[in-house]
Amino acid sequence: MKHKVATTINGRKHEDDVEPRLLLVHYIRDVAGLTGTHIGCDTSQCGACTILVDGKAVKSCTMFAVQAEGRSLTTIEGMAKDGQLHPLQQAFWDEHGLQCGYCTPGFIMAAAYLLEQNPNPTDDEIRKGLEGNLCRCTGYVNIVKSVRSAAAAMGGAHTKPAARPAVTMGGE
Amino acid sequence: MAVSQLVGAKIHRREDPRLITGHGRYTDDLPHQGVVHLAVVRSPHAHARIRSIGVEAAKKAPGVLAVYTASDFKDIIAGPATFAVAPVFAPIKLTNPPRYPIAAKEVCYQGEPVAVVIAEQRGQAADGAQLVDVDYEPLPAVMDIEEAAKPGSPKAHSDQPDNICWDTTYVPWEATEEAFKTAEVVVKERILQQRLSPNPMESRVVMADFDSFDNRLSMWMSTQNPHWIRLFVAGALGMGEHSVRVVSHDVGGGFGSKISPYPEDFIVPACAKMLGRPVKYTETRTEAMQNAYAGRGQIFDVEVAAKKDGTLLGMRLTQLLDAGAYMALFSAFQTCACLVAGGAYHWNAISSRSQAVLTNKIPTDPYRGAGRPEATHVAERMMDVLALELGMDPVELRRKNLIRKEEFPYTQNFGLVIDSGDYEKAMDKALKIVGYDELRKKQKDLRKQGKLMGIGLSTWIELCGLGPGAVTGPATGGVVLSESAQVKIHPAGGVSIYVGTHNHGQGNDTTHAQIAADTLGIPMELIDIRHGDTNEGPGFGYGTYGSRSLAVGGIAILNSCNKVIDKGKKVAAHLLEAAEEDVVFDHGKFHVKGAPDKSKALGEVAFAAYGQLPAGMEQGLEAVAYFEPPNFVWPFGTHICVVEVDPETGAVDLQKYVAVDDCGNVINPMIVAGQLHGGIAQGIAQALFEEMVYDDESGQLKSATFLDYAMLTANEMPDIQLDNTVTPSPTNVMGVKGIGEAGTIASTAAVINAVCDALSPLGIKHVDMPATSDRLWKLIQTARGTSHNGKEARK
Repeated sequence: MKHKVATTINGRKHEDDVEPRLLLVHYIRDVAGLTGTHIGCDTSQCGACTILVDGKAVKSCTMFAVQAEGRSLTTIEGMAKDGQLHPLQQAFWDEHGLQCGYCTPGFIMAAAYLLEQNPNPTDDEIRKGLEGNLCRCTGYVNIVKSVRSAAAAMGGAHTKPAARPAVTMGGE
Repeated sequence: MAVSQLVGAKIHRREDPRLITGHGRYTDDLPHQGVVHLAVVRSPHAHARIRSIGVEAAKKAPGVLAVYTASDFKDIIAGPATFAVAPVFAPIKLTNPPRYPIAAKEVCYQGEPVAVVIAEQRGQAADGAQLVDVDYEPLPAVMDIEEAAKPGSPKAHSDQPDNICWDTTYVPWEATEEAFKTAEVVVKERILQQRLSPNPMESRVVMADFDSFDNRLSMWMSTQNPHWIRLFVAGALGMGEHSVRVVSHDVGGGFGSKISPYPEDFIVPACAKMLGRPVKYTETRTEAMQNAYAGRGQIFDVEVAAKKDGTLLGMRLTQLLDAGAYMALFSAFQTCACLVAGGAYHWNAISSRSQAVLTNKIPTDPYRGAGRPEATHVAERMMDVLALELGMDPVELRRKNLIRKEEFPYTQNFGLVIDSGDYEKAMDKALKIVGYDELRKKQKDLRKQGKLMGIGLSTWIELCGLGPGAVTGPATGGVVLSESAQVKIHPAGGVSIYVGTHNHGQGNDTTHAQIAADTLGIPMELIDIRHGDTNEGPGFGYGTYGSRSLAVGGIAILNSCNKVIDKGKKVAAHLLEAAEEDVVFDHGKFHVKGAPDKSKALGEVAFAAYGQLPAGMEQGLEAVAYFEPPNFVWPFGTHICVVEVDPETGAVDLQKYVAVDDCGNVINPMIVAGQLHGGIAQGIAQALFEEMVYDDESGQLKSATFLDYAMLTANEMPDIQLDNTVTPSPTNVMGVKGIGEAGTIASTAAVINAVCDALSPLGIKHVDMPATSDRLWKLIQTARGTSHNGKEARK
């Protein structure tokens, strides 16, 4: 038995017949063809599949596709507008906030929601806010830096001094 | 090399735009017409005999196209499909059980494939797999490596003589007799290296398509070394390498777990061939945790002999390694721990022996650092154990024994030549940054208040840039780990460079372009760096592992660019009407010596190179170079960690982490810092959190999800303060060393030394990894004479 599901993804309307057991993340990847949202675990720990559902960060493996009926979804592909990177994307690029890049879409989406809720987070608030996303490459150092720098670029410039020392790699 | 413009600069990564916008090309993201899905039926037992496999119900399930078991692969996969590199030097003993991609009679680890189900949709394949009915006769699971090594132990493979996988003595114990006889102090320690799950965020994916008309097999997969996979798969399937293409575009991390071939690498193409449909296998995280080659899994017994003034005399070291159910391809590389456990210090003599045992677990294989983190942990822990015994400051003890900068190149105890170093300089810089003397004063005060603050050093060195044939050849029957690159300068001046290394997060596409741009004297934008497709570029590429993409791969790029420039000189001589030997190349232009005003740009020369040339001159402007390094490269540094342990809960608060590292000349400081951050995080995670936990009786992996396996999150990461020194390597013309594994190699010892230092007022001398709050709390309770439930311990 298939069910009809109608959603808006990145501003575009989608309507498909899906199995009731189809996870939202599989719907986004396999049916809508948006493969920027990744899968990194089976137990909703890694956050690689994080998207925005009506503006709120959700791990898309925790929802069935049918539960997205009538919802507006934003995936990583919807972040850049008119050829302009979202400030978070720009910051991840500038601050070397990614290495293999697999977890990156999830981090950017989680961070987007974090900054929406708290435009001016401290480093500790960023770390706490991104606890639900796993990265194996960066040690999170530059991810935190990226989010901090995006916050500044988005107007929530942090006035408190950074809690953590900057990286110095100047040689001699 | 041209005067440096890009090399050494913080250049933003060219691979990032697609990755930050969701347009990466990871294998599971690739669309493929008509692809069907494969699910693997895996053994739920660690060790069992297969009595029968019932496939009828699965075959009838909706969408299921085929169910295959071992007998179906008999004619398509020839013999055991994997081989393993033997340990260096002749082992006294070697048992290498044959490994087939799919088990026929006996399963030897939980997760070993016994059948596959292929269906139109992924969910249907998974449903079908549930219906395969396997009748097992469980056998005793061999889990404990010390027990497994004993004569008369139950066997991990019922058809093998025993569980001893290898036993190799590098330098016999007699060689250290004098050192231990004359020693004024001897310290001993047993050091555990727990099994680790590599956990790149992308699990493995294998997709294969077989074209029966042209007899061509194409594979897309998540691997660190597509050419090796092509070699193995072509061999196993009885195909020529010319008929097999392996593509691996974007790969979501490897950390060593995507080097050696896996059963699915053979099964998926075989199924595509049998079924005549493209087939895809997408590994789940739990499958990855059960089946990805694990890291570490070793026990070291170490003895150190010294004089009372701290002068090191000798070390005796035994490595007992958990090989797992089979000997994985590069498993034996982990024995390098036995060759470099002397670390950064002078020793009169070192004896070492490596013994590996077969158990009913997934095999171990190189995991970030592979042997060097273990060696560093041994050397650095023993320094602190000895310092405590002698009542010496750990810094003073290290300083007394460090190899001095004027001694390089330094031939260490196993005959390996350390190329360059200035260990004291890096140590002093780190001590200054962390404020060591003040910290020790602060520690005294805090101890008076009952606070458990500790400072830990790791004065690490390693060998990387695999590797010189003179070392790898004898150990492997002639395998060298060179690297290749091909440079093509197209007629209109665009440049394609094909590399044999692989980029799965290291930023090679950027650093390699920096090297090529400076060498060719052209903007980076004119250069495309391509990796991960065996149909492109040189005949063979050796892949990325062992921190080799720059120190080996980078030099191959440099050399191939220089070959092209040499050819360009011939063409330029013709254009400039000069003798070839009078033509010089500088900043992207050819000119006659002494006449720089009249020059021909590389692009002009390229255009001419494909046109009419003097008789006898060949068209084209391209070159292939293979670089075999004459030695390893030897990065080093000092990491210092400051912790406070909560005496009531055992929780470790990582308060400060300072790392001063030296990887020779730096191509891109931003990327070096990133590699260190990630490496240090993985070491911290091993020191404090991660461990693969198996049930001792059943052999079930209990930590098979991210719920149960403690991955580090942003919230646990401490401050990391990086700095560096620059001691160029004489091993290659660019003076570079590797940095991909350094952080992991250095950091476990710094963290554990800090934890041990914190707990030393309680009389605690050593702590095993992971130093979880539970483990530390118990140690603290025991040390205080209270039992674990808080009551007075019985005497």
